[in-house]
Amino acid sequence: MSDEELRKKYDVWDEKTNEMLKKFPERGNFRTTWEEDIKRLYTPLELGDYFEIGFPGKYPYTRGVQNTMYRGKLWTMRQYAGFGTAEESNKRYKYLLEQGQSGLSVAFDLPTQIGYDSDDAHSLGEVGKVGVAIDSLADMETLFEGIPLGKVSTSMTINSTAAILLAMYLNVGEKQGANRDKLRGTIQNDVLKEYIARGTYIFPPQPSMRVITNIFEFCSKEMPLWNTISISGYHIREAGADAVQEVAFTLADGIEYVRAAVKAGLDPNVFGKRLSFFFAAHNDFLEEIAKFRAARRMWAKLMKEKFNVTNPSAMKLKFHTQTSGSTLTAQQPENNIVRVTLQALAAVLGGTQSLHTNSRDEALALPTEESVKIALKTQQIIAYESGVAKTVDPLAGSYYIESLTDSIEKHAFEYIDKIEELGGMVNAIESGYVQQEISNRSYEYQKKIESGEQIVVGVNKFTVEETSSKRLLKVNDEIEKGQIGRLRALKRERDNKKVAKSLSVLENVARTDDNLMHPIIDAVRVYATVGEISNVLRKVFGEYKESITI
Amino acid sequence: MIKVMIAKPGLDGHDRGAKVVARTLRDAGMEVIYTGIRQTPEQIVQSAIDEDVDILGISILSGAHMKLVPKILELLREKKASVPVFVGGIIPDEDVDKLKEMGVIEVYGPGTSTSEISEQVKSFVEHSDT
Repeated sequence: MSDEELRKKYDVWDEKTNEMLKKFPERGNFRTTWEEDIKRLYTPLELGDYFEIGFPGKYPYTRGVQNTMYRGKLWTMRQYAGFGTAEESNKRYKYLLEQGQSGLSVAFDLPTQIGYDSDDAHSLGEVGKVGVAIDSLADMETLFEGIPLGKVSTSMTINSTAAILLAMYLNVGEKQGANRDKLRGTIQNDVLKEYIARGTYIFPPQPSMRVITNIFEFCSKEMPLWNTISISGYHIREAGADAVQEVAFTLADGIEYVRAAVKAGLDPNVFGKRLSFFFAAHNDFLEEIAKFRAARRMWAKLMKEKFNVTNPSAMKLKFHTQTSGSTLTAQQPENNIVRVTLQALAAVLGGTQSLHTNSRDEALALPTEESVKIALKTQQIIAYESGVAKTVDPLAGSYYIESLTDSIEKHAFEYIDKIEELGGMVNAIESGYVQQEISNRSYEYQKKIESGEQIVVGVNKFTVEETSSKRLLKVNDEIEKGQIGRLRALKRERDNKKVAKSLSVLENVARTDDNLMHPIIDAVRVYATVGEISNVLRKVFGEYKESITI
Repeated sequence: MIKVMIAKPGLDGHDRGAKVVARTLRDAGMEVIYTGIRQTPEQIVQSAIDEDVDILGISILSGAHMKLVPKILELLREKKASVPVFVGGIIPDEDVDKLKEMGVIEVYGPGTSTSEISEQVKSFVEHSDT
């Protein structure tokens, strides 16, 4: 059938259907999360150029970054974990590895992420709460005790203090006998989204970009298997962005990092291979699948066309996915298992390289061991029972999926153009533009929940009286005391002359344009703390002040 | 006009809830001051006093509430500022009871309707004896 014939037939069908609406009206209007009308029916007329869909492992990678995808190797099942002390977290990691998890993912507490020691006044109440407390190399040695770093791959959610934690990891690895060029893993190291959404920034954007570029340079020479950044849309989405904004702002951050590194003289064909991404998997199942496919295609185009990259490996958008914490409900928490399953399935159908599935109780507290087990088993069921991993990109060619993919690409590129007009992401953040766009969307969404236009099962519809007898994980408040005790003992027992010397070398290097990684590695090795190293850099770089939007 | 401050103490960066509540209260006709993230209890109490707010809302999702909220209440008492305090965030039930015993007027968890918060804030201010 030619397009013309099809169009005619479609029009006839559409007219008849509209007649029927008088008797059988539809339930309402249907829109995407970015407020575009969704048509009643999608047909081959929506399919664009097949080149845009293409083949897996081939530019523009809409269908996936590898030729065989999950037929060759399943995604890495990687649960984000960490709380309390290094010793407790070490036990959780060993438990997860025993349960069949294939990679580690470390959650640090907020003081570690923001560069304060556990005994700093800013750390009050936060030690060991949202992740593990790491003050010095000694804690890091405990964290990975009995876990061979030469064999596992480790993802660390660490940004402003990424250089310090990477330096610690490398030291622990080498003490275990694993050379730095053999270590595999990822640091998040994406500070731009911290200004936008997540909040663990320390320094102003310019020095932050310098530290990030230093890490790129260091790793491309000495840690070739390490993913130097995980450019993250997750937190942007969780802050209330829609699917288009998530893709647009993440890739715009990516552009800014590549631009900074190129300006510092690095070759995008080389460091581009070690860039990785991190997205959320939200509730709108088909939209999410399309989102991952669109992001992959857009990044390939950006690297090729904007940065003249010729190495295909440096055009491939590889990503981690986490199911969406903000969609989990405190009401009827068991329902969250189903939400997580749908979200995880979308991530897999979108071609993720690794996946964290949230636990049912995360709207209430950090997850219990039992809840984490169900979350991990959810991935195993998708991988081994559902059949979706048997062929590559099974939803390609769906009229609706391809149409959504095209639409996300189009709208996200419009945002990216707008940000470029504003002078790039740093300017767009400093002016509050990006934060305001997200905040508007998040507020509209909340209003829809209040009006009942958006239904959340168990929250604004199908509610039940609930008794609160939920078994929750509680992080012991004694942890703070214990951690401070260990930190003080360390400060007494280490060679403080060596520490002072290493910190003064670091300060001198920070005042030049030289790479910060080497002096940080040296400082960490003599047990200088996260707080001490960060304070040296605070002194030289200053601190960022949030541009407040509501 | 009711003057309300929404504050984020500690190191927690989860500000979606705080911003949505701030905007709801503003749309409900109140004057709203949002502090931004990473404020110390001292900073929050000082600005609440300087701005002479009628009510103070604290948002915490990091689990540090049992240290930071009592600290804020203590500082308010020290400075003889009788500002009613409400809390939002991820707060386990047992801690909700403890916080209320300490003097917090209400604790809002995930899924709370913002119009409910706005109604209640109005009524708290109308019934507070300051």
